[in-house]
Amino acid sequence: MAQYTLQINGQKLQADVEPDTPLLWVLRDHLGLVGTKYGCGIAQCGACTVHLNDQATRSCVLPVSAVGTSKITTIEGLSKDGDHPVQQAWDEVDVPQCGYCQSGQIMTAAALLKRTPKPNEKEIENAMNGNLCRCGTYHRIHEAVKVAATKTN
Amino acid sequence: MSIVPHTNRRDFLKLAAASGGGLLIGFNWTNAQAQPAVLDATSAEALAASIEFNSYLSISPQGVVTIFSPNPEVGQGIKTAFPIVVAEELDVDWKQVKVAQAPLDTVKFQRQVAGGSGSIPHSWKRLRQAGATTRQLFINTAAKRWGVDATACTTNSGTVIHTASGKKLTYGELAEEASKMPTPTDVPLKDPKDFKLIGSTIRNVDNKEIITGKPLFGVDFYRDGMLFAVIKRPEAFGLKLKSVDAVAAKAMPGIVDVVTFDNSVAVLGKSTWQVLKAREALKVTYEKEAALESTADHDRIFDELLNGSTATVRRQDGDVEAAFKNAAKVIKSEYQCPFLPHSPMEPMNFFAHVRPDGAELIGPTQTPERARGDAAKFLNLPQEKITVEMTRMGGGFGRRLATDFVMEAVKVSALAKAPVKVMWTREDDMTGGDYRPAVKYRFEAALDAEGTMIGYKLRGAGINAGNPTREHNFPSGTVANLLIDSAEHKSPITTGPWRAPITNFLAYAEQAFLDEVATAAGKDPIAFRLDLLEKAKKSPVGDVKYDIDRMIAVTKLAAEKANWGKAKTADGKAVAQGFSLYYSHLSYVAQIGEVTMKNGKPELTKIIAAVDCGIVINQSGARQQVMGGVVDGIGHAMYGNLSFKDGAPEQANFNTYKMIRMANVPAVEVHFVDNGIEPTGLGEPALPPTGGAVANAIFKATGKRLYKQPFVEQDVLKGLS
Repeated sequence: MAQYTLQINGQKLQADVEPDTPLLWVLRDHLGLVGTKYGCGIAQCGACTVHLNDQATRSCVLPVSAVGTSKITTIEGLSKDGDHPVQQAWDEVDVPQCGYCQSGQIMTAAALLKRTPKPNEKEIENAMNGNLCRCGTYHRIHEAVKVAATKTN
Repeated sequence: MSIVPHTNRRDFLKLAAASGGGLLIGFNWTNAQAQPAVLDATSAEALAASIEFNSYLSISPQGVVTIFSPNPEVGQGIKTAFPIVVAEELDVDWKQVKVAQAPLDTVKFQRQVAGGSGSIPHSWKRLRQAGATTRQLFINTAAKRWGVDATACTTNSGTVIHTASGKKLTYGELAEEASKMPTPTDVPLKDPKDFKLIGSTIRNVDNKEIITGKPLFGVDFYRDGMLFAVIKRPEAFGLKLKSVDAVAAKAMPGIVDVVTFDNSVAVLGKSTWQVLKAREALKVTYEKEAALESTADHDRIFDELLNGSTATVRRQDGDVEAAFKNAAKVIKSEYQCPFLPHSPMEPMNFFAHVRPDGAELIGPTQTPERARGDAAKFLNLPQEKITVEMTRMGGGFGRRLATDFVMEAVKVSALAKAPVKVMWTREDDMTGGDYRPAVKYRFEAALDAEGTMIGYKLRGAGINAGNPTREHNFPSGTVANLLIDSAEHKSPITTGPWRAPITNFLAYAEQAFLDEVATAAGKDPIAFRLDLLEKAKKSPVGDVKYDIDRMIAVTKLAAEKANWGKAKTADGKAVAQGFSLYYSHLSYVAQIGEVTMKNGKPELTKIIAAVDCGIVINQSGARQQVMGGVVDGIGHAMYGNLSFKDGAPEQANFNTYKMIRMANVPAVEVHFVDNGIEPTGLGEPALPPTGGAVANAIFKATGKRLYKQPFVEQDVLKGLS
């Protein structure tokens, strides 16, 4: 076990865990940030997506020991009041069905828009293709990314 | 009409506390370093002043309407749809409504199940009556206070109005007094033309919580002192546990206990990662208990069953042998599909706390009542000593109709004498059984000289599939001479219902075969089906268990919307179209797939879906179910494949088991038949016809039939990603 001080959602949070513990499980089991979801454990589904220095990152395969001083943002810290343009768009377009994959989808979309504020169809598809949605909400995810892009100058 | 009597205030508080305490699972966000814990019911205090008028709704003196949704929410949108129906008849603004998930309560509710697309048809009238009766109660209460006749009063947006004088009282102002009034009986329901909420576009009631990552799902449930558990199960179907050496696992950090039951070894500890690592350190041996079957064995077994004499007759009309003897042309084809895992994004998990005098169960289940019954039986406790709280489910697709994962949590908790959350990894979930059964069908059709189908035979061969036919579905009822039978192989590989059980594959096979028959008869595929249906209308053969007019109407709507047979691409090229039509779970769906050739390969560009589910309750939710069903139908037909080697699945995670992704999805258009008929379910019916629409469009484009799923492994599509 080792002590880690992590920069998460603008706060310094401490966790006493083994070095190989994936960030996903540190967030969920130790820090109470359960919006980040487990889906596959091998970076294939995107449910565990967080931002690591603004980059969409799969937290299920990222050992906590590799995080260092990187800035982590989880779905809980994406906005203070749940009103990030991507979150607003997700509600307006009424994307969620079961909802389980959606925090990962939102984090991927938010990272895309940070990097590419006005993505074209192909850029949206490429960015979102790593995130599985078993309910098949892909059309609305695509639409919501476009709506979110109109909200971010 | 029957009305649930007013329950007393104490009962309601119990309900509010139970639903708040377990289902509004949450913890203190300002203290993020602490172990997550369940707060006391955050809304119980606010709701405490509410008065319950029936099982479905309560109203506070401030006018807040709380509508309880009793059925499990699995992504089918029931937690939004049910309250819309109650609120419609109650005549309140949607903004006034709060929705809460009710816990399992078989006294207050019937059929608290998410399955069979049955929630809406079961509850439609009950929900309307609950709303309408309460509305009438408020009218009666206001009329009494004003000393006027109730018929002189009306309502609008949660307010009773005396039309002549313009006097008004809100439901909140009337709530206390209304709760002491007699419940009206035989209250008329609204004329559907006056619906304001039903048929409008209403967003998922849990959107805010979902998009901000609030703890809603079973896996998000944490409690102080709870142990985490993962289970090692046999790697192949047909093996049983022989020995367990847990010494090394128990010595690992954070591990509290290792318990063994049935063929399972559970590792309990203080965090998910610790128990996952310790599970790897278990030394477990197994011995063979039954045949270790491979996919090659199943291929052989299918042929034995299709050619054998053990089939059970499911339906027989006319003289099928004579029809085939007299046929001008006979068409014969076989269609095959593999096993499929359900793969909900949230893997199986459940929390159980078994105490000597009772048990508490919390988690994602489509069948809470069955879960309680199974737990009661195993623990030898009366049912009332066991509580079941339903969390939102990260998908189910039928997997959560089973209770194996609930019972694992119960057994582990009982053995370890501790509150336990059992978590399945994706690999556990994909290799853990309860699959969509593998099936092979043989179809035969006899045509006379005019191209009329005078004979039809279907034999289904399934592996743990029960009856893999739906013998009364179309084309049954339209063919004079028909024989449908089936045979089954019992396998150690476990199977269960998978979204649109049996029809999720049967519909594709039937609709692809009918396309072959239409082609052989030299007829347009839609005209061929319409011809059968029109003839059956005049002279049905045996039982017809679907509505022929609705089949015809939904077919015509699809044809019209897709511009059937005349569709062109933007650059003027003909679009290859394929038609499919299916009736399941009381709803009617016709689909047309469109394919264009790209680099010599067929590319699916669009699915046009025409849907008759009667009255559409929520435009947004209904469209989601159809689009999701179509995407699911394409995905599993194109890519889904779980194969076996010596009893073990050869795919265990999404790196080897391909799921449909955004880049694979064509455009999907949804059109509803507007016929005012009472609503039916939508969680399943849009899926079955999709495979047929895709396969028939690919045939139109390439001249090649697809006889086997997954499509991408067949020659015509090889090389497509």
